[in-house]
Amino acid sequence: MTTGHDTRLDSFNDTGLDPFNTKGGRPEDPDMTATDQRADEPVLDPAAREGAELPTERTVIFDVEELNVYYGDFRAVRDASLKVHKNEITAFIGPSGCGKTTLLRCFNRMNDLIETARVTGSLRYHGVDLYHPKVDSVEVRRQIGMVFQKPNPFPKSIWANVAYGPRVAGLAKKGPAMDDIVENSLRKAALWDEVKDRLDENALGLSGGQQQRLCIARAIATDPDVLLMDEPCSALDPIATTRIEELMHGLKDDYSIVIVTHNMQQAARVSDRTAFFSVEVNPESDTRTGILVEYDSTQKMFSNPADERTENYVTGRFG
Amino acid sequence: MNEAGSAELSIEALSGSPRRVRRERIISRAMFCTAFVSVVVSALIIYALFAEAWIFMRDVDWSATWGQIGWFPRRGIYDMPTLLVASLWTTAIAMVVAAPLGMGAAIYLSEYARPSHRAFFKPILEILAGIPSVVLGFFALLWLAPNVVAHIGGEGGRGSMLAAGIGVGILTIPLVASISEDAMAAVPKSLREASAGLGARRAVTTLRVVLPAAVSGLVASLIVAVSRALGETMVVFMAGGAADAAIKTYSPYDGSLTMPAAMASLASGTDQVVGEGLTFQSLFFVGLVLFMLTLGLNLIGDRFVARVREQY
Ligand SMILES: Nc1ncnc2c1ncn2[C@@H]1O[C@H](COP(=O)(O)OP(=O)(O)O)[C@@H](O)[C@H]1O
Ligand SMILES: [Mg+2]
Repeated sequence: MTTGHDTRLDSFNDTGLDPFNTKGGRPEDPDMTATDQRADEPVLDPAAREGAELPTERTVIFDVEELNVYYGDFRAVRDASLKVHKNEITAFIGPSGCGKTTLLRCFNRMNDLIETARVTGSLRYHGVDLYHPKVDSVEVRRQIGMVFQKPNPFPKSIWANVAYGPRVAGLAKKGPAMDDIVENSLRKAALWDEVKDRLDENALGLSGGQQQRLCIARAIATDPDVLLMDEPCSALDPIATTRIEELMHGLKDDYSIVIVTHNMQQAARVSDRTAFFSVEVNPESDTRTGILVEYDSTQKMFSNPADERTENYVTGRFG
Repeated sequence: MNEAGSAELSIEALSGSPRRVRRERIISRAMFCTAFVSVVVSALIIYALFAEAWIFMRDVDWSATWGQIGWFPRRGIYDMPTLLVASLWTTAIAMVVAAPLGMGAAIYLSEYARPSHRAFFKPILEILAGIPSVVLGFFALLWLAPNVVAHIGGEGGRGSMLAAGIGVGILTIPLVASISEDAMAAVPKSLREASAGLGARRAVTTLRVVLPAAVSGLVASLIVAVSRALGETMVVFMAGGAADAAIKTYSPYDGSLTMPAAMASLASGTDQVVGEGLTFQSLFFVGLVLFMLTLGLNLIGDRFVARVREQY
């Protein structure tokens, strides 16, 4: 769906409208009006990206409204609202410390592991309030997988790493069924050919890029609905990064992906929608709160962003 | 310093201050000496042990060390199985107490406890570690015997290997707990997150990720605890139910002498070590056996640790 719509780009921007309601926002959304007002500004770099058509009928996976995340008294993220769509790659970009990781870790309730973390506002997953008292965070994490910034394979065999999730979830036991799951997951993660002859070797013997693809294989082995990726390439070299990016394009057909990256080129290359976060310094308390500045189709965010701060960031004037 | 970049450097410019170089050399020698002293002291101890034990082994009638009715050193009867069985029982009972309780405490502290609970429980373990073994000996004899041993088939009114073993077990709980907890705390948080991210509950994460990754430390904690239990003297001496001689028994409900308790009883009392010609040397012989056992245990432990360790 990211192919061959270059011609749409201009009309898309010139109309000053958002015909596909790419933000997925409600019409009364104040951010949206701001977008509309600024949409006739010159296109920054129309060649930055292939045109992308983002149909709105896509199912909304996550519906975030007015989400605040606190660590103790410190508010790390303020009033974030956005919608994540099915079979799309949604990128979170922004300077470090602006709460990208914090927000991402709300999506699978990973922040529950942090004593002081607290979430207010609404975060709906397929319409269900993820933070409803009846929701079990463990069940949530079976459906919403996560890949971490630093590759973190278990110090076990490659096979055992991939089999871990299905085994814990009771999907399969040791045997042909599990072997199939392991093989399929490794194939999807484009790692099978490299490791098929040494499945029982320790995963820590793999290169960094292979380890990260193993972590992706491990995450998809439980057959999740969504993959959350927190700067999955930040510890990798450019070649490994390219492989992971290619992989993500392939995974999009089966999964919805939310990826945090502070590499703007990466966001531009892989994502369908981009959310730009920034920090707001409170001069009184000298605390830095993360805010969602703008959320739109990636094509628009990088060619014709509505907010000046986004524009400064994506053009490298602010970092 | 040197403005002209092309000027040649003299060797002095790079040889450093002579005073500092000399001081460095002196410090390094002093450090070597301290290390050397401890090596020498250890060597002397081992030498003394071997020397006296050698006299015993050379002169003893070996039939007196095996298959006798018990351990009566002042009468020339040195039945080693008596001591070995007693040591085995007390150590085994101690580990049955200390391994689950110590590891349980470690798992709780490292994986489950909220910071406030941790701050409460950790000092308690440290207090337990600080209890003198004499106190625990009393406790084992006066409280454990009537209140615990008496309820699990033993007699409450006197000491026994069971009472002593439980006492030694309590003594080694903090040891097991603290070494195990260190081992678990050394497992990277990222592995726990990986596991949680895959939908594993805390118990599963602990069992399948944390414990396997920490196994070297866990084994180490058990080996240290076994060594400690084997060598523990005071608790067994007081609560073991035997004074300076013991009849051979295989029942933990009976009183007996472990190796260190036998040594302590030989070296205590007003008459010190008197009796048969080799009584004094038997003390060293028992010490040597104990030393070899502990050494062998540590070697096996190292092997095991190297083999099963999950690297991270
Ligand atoms: N566990 C934590 N406890 C307290 N503060 C935290 C914790 N994790 C992150 N923070 C703070 O929250 C803010 C956002 O962090 P993070 O979400 O990691 O930002 P990003 O991923 O965008 O770099 C930062 O100011 C950071 O210091
Ligand atoms: Mg981050």
